[in-house]
Amino acid sequence: MEIVMSILAGILFMTGVYNLLQKQLLRIVIGTALISHGAHLFILTMGELKRGAPPILTDGIEQYTDPLPQALILTSIVISFGVTSLLLVLAYRASKLNGTDNMEQLRGNDYE
Amino acid sequence: MSNLLALTIIWPLIAGIIAAFLNNKKRVVRPLAQLFAVISSALAILVLYLVSANGTIVLETGSYEAPFGIVLVGDLLSVTLVVTTNIIATACVFYAPKSLTEKQESFFFYSFFFMLITGVSGAFLTGDIFNLFVFFEVLLMASYGLIVLGNGKAQLRESLKYVLINLFSSMLFVTTVAFLYSVVGSVNMAQVAQRVQEVEQQGVLTTIAILFFFVFATKAAVFPLYYWLPRPYVVPNPVVSALFGALLTKVGIYSILRIFTLIFVGELDLTHTIFIYLAAFTMIFGVIGALSTHNVKLIVAYNIIPAVGFMLMGIGIFSEVSISGTIYYLINDMIIKAALFLLVGVIAYVAGTSDLRKMSGLIHHYPALGWLMFISTLVLAGIPPFSGFVGKLLLIQGGLANEEIMVVIASLVSSLLILFSMIRIFVRGFWGEKTKSPPHPERSKSAGRMIWPIAFLLSLTVLLGVGAEWFYPPVEWMGEYLMDPQMYIDSVIKE
Repeated sequence: MEIVMSILAGILFMTGVYNLLQKQLLRIVIGTALISHGAHLFILTMGELKRGAPPILTDGIEQYTDPLPQALILTSIVISFGVTSLLLVLAYRASKLNGTDNMEQLRGNDYE
Repeated sequence: MSNLLALTIIWPLIAGIIAAFLNNKKRVVRPLAQLFAVISSALAILVLYLVSANGTIVLETGSYEAPFGIVLVGDLLSVTLVVTTNIIATACVFYAPKSLTEKQESFFFYSFFFMLITGVSGAFLTGDIFNLFVFFEVLLMASYGLIVLGNGKAQLRESLKYVLINLFSSMLFVTTVAFLYSVVGSVNMAQVAQRVQEVEQQGVLTTIAILFFFVFATKAAVFPLYYWLPRPYVVPNPVVSALFGALLTKVGIYSILRIFTLIFVGELDLTHTIFIYLAAFTMIFGVIGALSTHNVKLIVAYNIIPAVGFMLMGIGIFSEVSISGTIYYLINDMIIKAALFLLVGVIAYVAGTSDLRKMSGLIHHYPALGWLMFISTLVLAGIPPFSGFVGKLLLIQGGLANEEIMVVIASLVSSLLILFSMIRIFVRGFWGEKTKSPPHPERSKSAGRMIWPIAFLLSLTVLLGVGAEWFYPPVEWMGEYLMDPQMYIDSVIKE
C-alpha cells in the first residue's frame, strides 16, 4: 500500500511540476495545488498506513496508528489552502492589471 | 518564568489583532503601533536578560513533555536574534508613517507588520522542525500581504514570482520533514539530533540534509537559488523592503545554522564542503549583480546576497571561531540591511527617482543623509571600527585557521567590490555641482524626520563595532555552544 501511495505522490509531483513550468498563470496555480496534494499524501504515507487501530497508546495495546502525521497533514492542508486561495486572487489581480496572464510577458524592468 | 518566552511571540500577535480593529483611525493606530513595538522590544530584552542570567529557557507548550509536545527553546542565540528583530521592527515602525502613502497604510500595514514579527520570532524560538515550517508560513503569509501593499502594477507582477518560489520551497520543506520523520520518527529537533547518530544508513540522512539545505537556501538566497530575490525586494515600499531584507533571508540562514550544527553533522566532508563552494560563488555573483545596475534600491537588494555568502562561509568552515563570526555577522547584517533599505528609501524619496544617473549633488542639501550613507557603506564593506569588520575578521580568521584559502580570497575580493558598488551611490548621488534648490524642496522636512530611525540603527552598528570587547565573549560562547550539540539536547530533553 505504501508503494502505491508513494507512486501516486510522485505522479502528483510530476504533473504539478509540469504545470508549474507552463506560461499560463492559471496552470501554474493548479501546478502548485497539485504539488501540495502530493506533499500531503507523502506525509501520510511516511507515517505508515494502517487500518482498524485507534491512535491511542496505553499499556497493553500493541496495535496503534501514529497520530503525528495526521496532525502534520491537517496543519499543512490548512496552510496550503490559504496560500492557494491567496495565489488565485493575486494571479487574478496581476493578470488584470498587467493585461496578460502569460509569464513571458510578465517580466518587465520598471519598478515603480 | 518560561511562559515569558511565549509572550515574545504572542505579544506581536495581539498587537497585530488590535491594530486590525483600529485600522481606520490613523491617529490612534500610529502611536499605538509604535508603543506596541517598543513594549515588544522591552519584553525581548527582558527575556534576553533572564536567559543570560539563568541559561537556556525551555517552554513545553501545554505541559507535554519534551519529545512529545512542541517546545520553544530560548537559548542565547535565538533570543539575541529575537531582540535584534524587535529593535529593527521598532525602527521601521517609527519610519513607516512618513514613508507609506495613505492608501498603503490603510491596507492593514500594521497588522501584517506585527504578524511578520510574530512569524520571525517564532521561527527563531521554536525547537520543533514542523513548527519551524508553520512559523515560516506565518511570516511568509504576512510578507505576501506586505509585498502587494498598495497594489501597484510592478508590485503584483513581482510578488507573483515571490509567492510561487516560496510556495514551492515550502511544499518541499513539508516533504523533507516527512522524509525525516519516516527515518528517525520524531520532529523534535533535540530528539532528531539524538537519533540521527544512531541511524545505520547515513546515506539517507545525507539526502535529507541536502534537501533541507535546498529549502533553506532558497529562502536565504544562496547561489544558485538567489535569482528570485532582488526584484521582489525592490518593488514594495522602502519600509517593507527593509523588513524583508533584514529579516526574511536571515531566518533562512538561521535555520541552516541551527540544523547543520545540531542535526546533520555526520557527513561534514560532503555537506560543509558544498557550503564553502556555494558561499564563494554567492559572494562573487551577488556583488556582480550589485555592480550591474544603476537603480539604488536594486544595488542594496543585490548586496543582501554576498552577505548571505559570508554567513554560509562561516557555517561551511565549521569551527568555533567561524561560527561565532557567522553569528556576529548575522546580527550586524540584520541591522545594517534594515538601515540601508530605509536609507535608499529616503534617497529615492528626496531625489524623486531611484536611478543613479539622474541624481547628483544631494550632499549640499542633505548633509546628514550623505554622512549616514557613507557610514553605512563602511559598515557593509567591513571597515573598522564598525561592526561589519568584527564579523568578517572572525570569519577570515576561521578560514585561515582551517586553510580554506580560496573562500577567504573570494570573501576579500567580494568585500572590496561591495565597497565599490556602495560608494557608487555616494559618488554619483551625493557628489556633484550644487544646485540652487533640492529636486523636491517640499519633501525635505519629512525626509529630515525619516533619518532618525536610520541614525538609531547605525549607532547600534557603531556600538557593536566599538564595543566588540563586550559583545564578543557572549558570541564566542554561542560559537562553542553551537559546536557542541549535546548542550542543546540536554537542555531540551531532561532525563
